[in-house]
Amino acid sequence: MNPAAQAQQQDLLKVEPASPAASGAPVTPTTPVLCLCGAAARVGGRTLWSGVDLEVQAGEFVAVLGPNGVGKSTLVKVLLGTVPAAAGDIRVLGRRPGEAGHRVGYLPQRRSFDSDLRIRGIDIVRMGLDGDRWGVPLPWSRSRRAEQARVDEVIELVGASAYAHRPIGQCSGGEQQRLLIAQALVRRPEILLLDEPLDSLDLPNQSAVAALIGRICHQEGVAVVMVAHDVNPILHHLDRVVYIAEGGAVCGPPSEVINSETLTRLYRTPVEVLSTQDGRLVVVGQPEAPAVHTDRHTGREK
Amino acid sequence: MNLYLASAGANAWSQPFFQHALLAGTFIALAAGLVGYFLVLRAQVFTGDALSHVAFTGAMAALAAGYDLRLGLFTACILVALLLAGIGRRGKADDVVIGSAFAWILGLGSFFLTLYTTSASGMNDGGAGVRVLFGSIFGLDAGQTLVAVLVALGVGVAVMFLGRPLLFATLDESVAAARGVPVKALGLAFLVLVGITAGEATQAVGSLLLLGLLAAPAGAAVRLTDRPFRGLALTAGLAVAEMWAGLAAAAWIPRCPPSFSVMAAASLVYAATYLRRPTTRRSRTVTA
Amino acid sequence: MGSASFSWNLVGDFQQMWSYPFMVNAFRAGATVAVVAAAVGWFVVLRRQTFAAHTLSVVAFPGAALATLAGFALSLGYFGFCVAAALALALLRRGREPGGSGESAAIGIVQAFLLACGYLFMALYKGLLEGPQTLLFGSFLGITTGQVTTLAMAGVAVLGVLAVIGRPLLFASVDPQVAAARGVPVRGLSVAFLVLLGAATAEAAQITGALLVFALMVLPAATAQVLTARPGLSLLLTVVLGFAATWAGLVAAWFWPYPLGFFVTTIAFALFLLAHGARLLSTALANRIASATIPAGAA
Repeated sequence: MNPAAQAQQQDLLKVEPASPAASGAPVTPTTPVLCLCGAAARVGGRTLWSGVDLEVQAGEFVAVLGPNGVGKSTLVKVLLGTVPAAAGDIRVLGRRPGEAGHRVGYLPQRRSFDSDLRIRGIDIVRMGLDGDRWGVPLPWSRSRRAEQARVDEVIELVGASAYAHRPIGQCSGGEQQRLLIAQALVRRPEILLLDEPLDSLDLPNQSAVAALIGRICHQEGVAVVMVAHDVNPILHHLDRVVYIAEGGAVCGPPSEVINSETLTRLYRTPVEVLSTQDGRLVVVGQPEAPAVHTDRHTGREK
Repeated sequence: MNLYLASAGANAWSQPFFQHALLAGTFIALAAGLVGYFLVLRAQVFTGDALSHVAFTGAMAALAAGYDLRLGLFTACILVALLLAGIGRRGKADDVVIGSAFAWILGLGSFFLTLYTTSASGMNDGGAGVRVLFGSIFGLDAGQTLVAVLVALGVGVAVMFLGRPLLFATLDESVAAARGVPVKALGLAFLVLVGITAGEATQAVGSLLLLGLLAAPAGAAVRLTDRPFRGLALTAGLAVAEMWAGLAAAAWIPRCPPSFSVMAAASLVYAATYLRRPTTRRSRTVTA
Repeated sequence: MGSASFSWNLVGDFQQMWSYPFMVNAFRAGATVAVVAAAVGWFVVLRRQTFAAHTLSVVAFPGAALATLAGFALSLGYFGFCVAAALALALLRRGREPGGSGESAAIGIVQAFLLACGYLFMALYKGLLEGPQTLLFGSFLGITTGQVTTLAMAGVAVLGVLAVIGRPLLFASVDPQVAAARGVPVRGLSVAFLVLLGAATAEAAQITGALLVFALMVLPAATAQVLTARPGLSLLLTVVLGFAATWAGLVAAWFWPYPLGFFVTTIAFALFLLAHGARLLSTALANRIASATIPAGAA
């Protein structure tokens, strides 16, 4: 990204901070935007995790980690309200899940568009703004200009201006992912729920998208909950980690959670965390969750 | 029957049957275009194909039982649309299941056709099957035209009303669902609209050809523009223009059935979109 | 059709039926067509190309109508149109993702346009055509021995080619990316298969009519693939089911005055529903057994 574009983005960020007051929510810095207390989830008669306690403040970057099939995506769906929690108290922006509406942005797991889908990226972003309103957009509507401006602004923010007018089917995986993040951001959410956004991206794109999410989180004050299977690309941006394994979960700063002691306690089997020279973490000996494949598929079809 | 009235040539313009056809055709094309755009975007053209064949069976069943043909058309199309939405997850059934079901329904149609043509009321009406299969837009009377126009208007208004959430649910289902868009109900409502449109269009171009009316304008519009709502408007415009061109051709050219000329116009426009290079720069190849 | 009444003396009924040469020809032609359609249809269902198959099968109608109008052999019209349409679909398919929105729209337009052409040919011919209903819904009366020979030869050719390309085609259908990496010509196979499909539909359309070929193609295969996941067995089952449905349909059409297509589709669809019912029942039983042995909700 060239310096000029970056400077421009900085300007935009200063002009448009997502202040809680603007969206009419009485969220003070001391109230957590997200609060789970003794939460549990059950899918298909199997308890995925239980007794999960978590509080997320505005502007915090939280990663949800763990092996395949432990219910990381289910956690996001519970927060969205599309999967009911089996137990516990869950508050999203002080309300029950699913009631916070457009104040929650969501990026589902691994979406790709048909390569012959001839709809522009900007239209996909625009859907995030007004896609749930009935009727068709009218050319003489008064709010049109403002909405157009907001879409352009958010596309600029994620650095997707160069290809937003191209059919989304012709964009690369990384480009599509940026546009989809723009879509999740377009309504100025206070919480961003991301389900493996770095999946299927190459390494440079992974770190670029991770940096983008980190910047949005810390500069715009958006709380980010991100499901990831690899912590390393986001390690520098993280405030807290939720590590789910075998029915339970541990929360805390990355260094306190991703270490041999904690993970050994969580898995009840010896697990070792190695740190490479460049600060990357490698978890050795972590057992896989049972019934990985069936579980993942049933989860996805929902 | 009335097909060859078209050989009246230029005089056709002043004939009431032509005016009825023009009026009904315009609105039917409008409805078919609007529905067709979403049908193409949702890659559900095959479902439309299935419903068009259901229209034949429904019409034949109604005739065999001695009712108005349109009663059977709409009842069968709406019922099967609900059924298809019901058996498929998220309102989209598997192609093989759709194919299996409509293969049988078509066989049933041939049964009702035989039943009708061998019954007392259908003895002298051997052309009924052909009329339903290939349409008889020049045979509409004033009352039928009025009903066709009203139903088409209803479909058009409904599509406009559902437009934006339907587009959202089509392009980006999981996010739309998380946003509270009733994805499943929309899929169902849309299929019902397709069913009603199939019943409508059967009167104009026949159950075998209505697929062209649904798919061709939308297919062309999707190739011409990559803006969704402009595409929707373009589809409706193309559909109406193609209907007019087809009707005019049928009036001018002796022995040219209107269903053929409408299909020919629609297919020509679609083929012409291949001559034009897409507007977007394909500056780089995309690796998926 | 309806030329005899059904008595419960099955052997006598069958002998009576068999004593008419045209009925024997109908059975022979029906068997050929059923086997070819079922074998090709099995791949259609596996490759999820039902829409293309339906389009190719209805294309038989304009082919026959043009042949009647221009006065050349019907078989030529059937085969010429179906194979040409198969090539057109292959051309439209180039450079697109299978099953995408663009492809299905293109197939639908090809189908509607060609049917409209058929209607035009019919309208131009007017009168002397043996009736569009026969072309569309089929007739088993008046099949000559010469026709049976033609059908058999075409059938053997289709099955022969299918036998040669069968294994790579199966690989390319199930896992196109890996197959391509192994050097299987995926795109070439896809074109070859469409052409085979065109030939098979042209063949079957001469008996079942253009509109009902599709049933013979999809229903037995869909039924077999519900019942078993083993490729060899399910292919065999498909052929057996198609054959049984056709012959049973012929017998029924002999005794009752309704069209052959109706009986064939109804029998095949009943088998399809039975297969689905059987599978639902067996999974329900398996679930009950499973839930009885493993206590639910164990973490």
